[in-house]
Amino acid sequence: MKPATSHSRLTRRRVRWAWVFLAPMLLVLALVAGWPLLKTIAYGFTDASLINPEAAQFVGVDNFSFLLQDPYWWASVWNTVVFAVVSVFLETVLGLIIALALNAQFRGRGGLRAAILIPWAIPTVVSAQMWNWMFNDVFGVINHMLMSVGLMQHPIAWTASPDTALLSIILVDVWKTTPFMALLLLAGLQMLPKECYESARVDGVHPLTVFFRITLPLLKPALMVAIIFRLLDALRVFDLVYVMSGNNRDTMSMSVYARQQLIDFGDLGFGSAASTLIFAIIALFTVVYLTVARVGREQ
Amino acid sequence: MATVAQLRWKRAKRIVSRVAFYGLLLVIAVYTIFPFYWAIVSSLKSGSDLFEVEYWISQPHWDNYVAVFREQPFGRNILNSLFVSVSTVTLSLALALAAAYAIGRVQFRGRMLLMFVILGVSMFPQIAVLSGMFELINTLGLYNNLLALSFSYLIFTLPFTVWVLTTFMRELPKELEEAAIVDGASPLTIVTKVFMPLMGPALVTTGLLAFIAAWNEFLFALTFTLSSEMRTVPVAIALTSGASAHELPWGNIMAASVIVTVPLIILVLFFQRRIVSGLTAGAVKG
Repeated sequence: MKPATSHSRLTRRRVRWAWVFLAPMLLVLALVAGWPLLKTIAYGFTDASLINPEAAQFVGVDNFSFLLQDPYWWASVWNTVVFAVVSVFLETVLGLIIALALNAQFRGRGGLRAAILIPWAIPTVVSAQMWNWMFNDVFGVINHMLMSVGLMQHPIAWTASPDTALLSIILVDVWKTTPFMALLLLAGLQMLPKECYESARVDGVHPLTVFFRITLPLLKPALMVAIIFRLLDALRVFDLVYVMSGNNRDTMSMSVYARQQLIDFGDLGFGSAASTLIFAIIALFTVVYLTVARVGREQ
Repeated sequence: MATVAQLRWKRAKRIVSRVAFYGLLLVIAVYTIFPFYWAIVSSLKSGSDLFEVEYWISQPHWDNYVAVFREQPFGRNILNSLFVSVSTVTLSLALALAAAYAIGRVQFRGRMLLMFVILGVSMFPQIAVLSGMFELINTLGLYNNLLALSFSYLIFTLPFTVWVLTTFMRELPKELEEAAIVDGASPLTIVTKVFMPLMGPALVTTGLLAFIAAWNEFLFALTFTLSSEMRTVPVAIALTSGASAHELPWGNIMAASVIVTVPLIILVLFFQRRIVSGLTAGAVKG
């Protein structure tokens, strides 16, 4: 027997086995992701109701044209975009500051790195409730603090007032997710070459110049991936918004809007159309993310 | 030569920047820890003490902790969450280990495409599958059943575990497998006898991260369960209500929050290093 043929036979056998090993995973993925997604898209073109989905009639693009005319849908899109952009921006800035601080040598560094994992570990629903309590208009500690240092004269109904409701939600998200950002950026910082810093230090370059001229450009790929990763996550936000202000129109995100149509109003067709549109928006972002990630890896 | 004044100025500058740096560290620590500290303090106040802002408690009261279990099926909710998370993570790890071996160790066509599909699924917004999933669960007769959650959670635990285990699997040396192949071991033996022991740490990390994700899930748990006995912990905490809409039992909510968070924090602190490496493997290397 020639070694070459035995080798290729072995390879063929391995490939066959590989597909056997992949089959259960692919089957489950098709069942929990593929099928429900196709079903949702299909429902989007019908007038299906939650109570009796079998009686659904095909209605073409009616749901989508209604959706695009609904000011509440556009309000939810706007809320989601504001939420995503503002919270990811704040998380990036704060995350970068924390990552830079943790990258320095000091006593108690391990302890602080452990401490910043706490907000990340706390379930979103729990952090929403914790902050709801802190934001409470009458008994909340935040109003108490701000009033006792004289920054405010009167208590604010943070989560109820239309002016501050979305801001409160953003602040909670920033608190919860900054650690994740900081850890990703810290991992990026620790991979940077040490030589650049040595020579900059010898030349006596100002630390801020070092940051903007050396650190930031080198960190850019890691930063881009982290930002897009977080943006994708923020665009589908549901639990934080729902727990902090329910189906309130002032803060409603796209996911909250779609779920209200689907479950609370029982409008399976219309809600599915909204879900499909959200999927399309996020799919578009995902394509961007994959492209950026691939470009980053090739560099 | 530097004059005395210049030296002094330099030293003063160094001291100021040190103080500023430690000040920054203190601010970071207080910012991250205070909200949870406040939840603990609030949960240990009883009666009207809860409505006084007091940063320190001299006399802890455990009334809220007792009330959580007496006034609602919170013990049952914890068991529900444990059942759902453990079952979905076990199933994901088993499916993902086999898949990761195939993707990570065997060269075949369509491998890259497969990885992109898996990464794509991990980006799925849960809302996009909600109505299809709702119908599927009703068809299977699983509405208001915990199995509906174990099943539907696979949509986010499975792509994540496959992705991370594949990255780990790729890094193992080639020689390991070659020796086993020469000995004529079957692929099944290779996975269970050669790779599984080596993948131990990776399985723990990935499993833990998937467990946290399942434990925290809210949208499916809210939508696919109805009775308070079937609720998982996040739903129970979100839907805790008092005598009226304006009288939420904050003491109970804080106690429940502390109960479910303390074990999680202990786990995370214990597996700190692994979690950080797992998170970065999932995100940055992607």
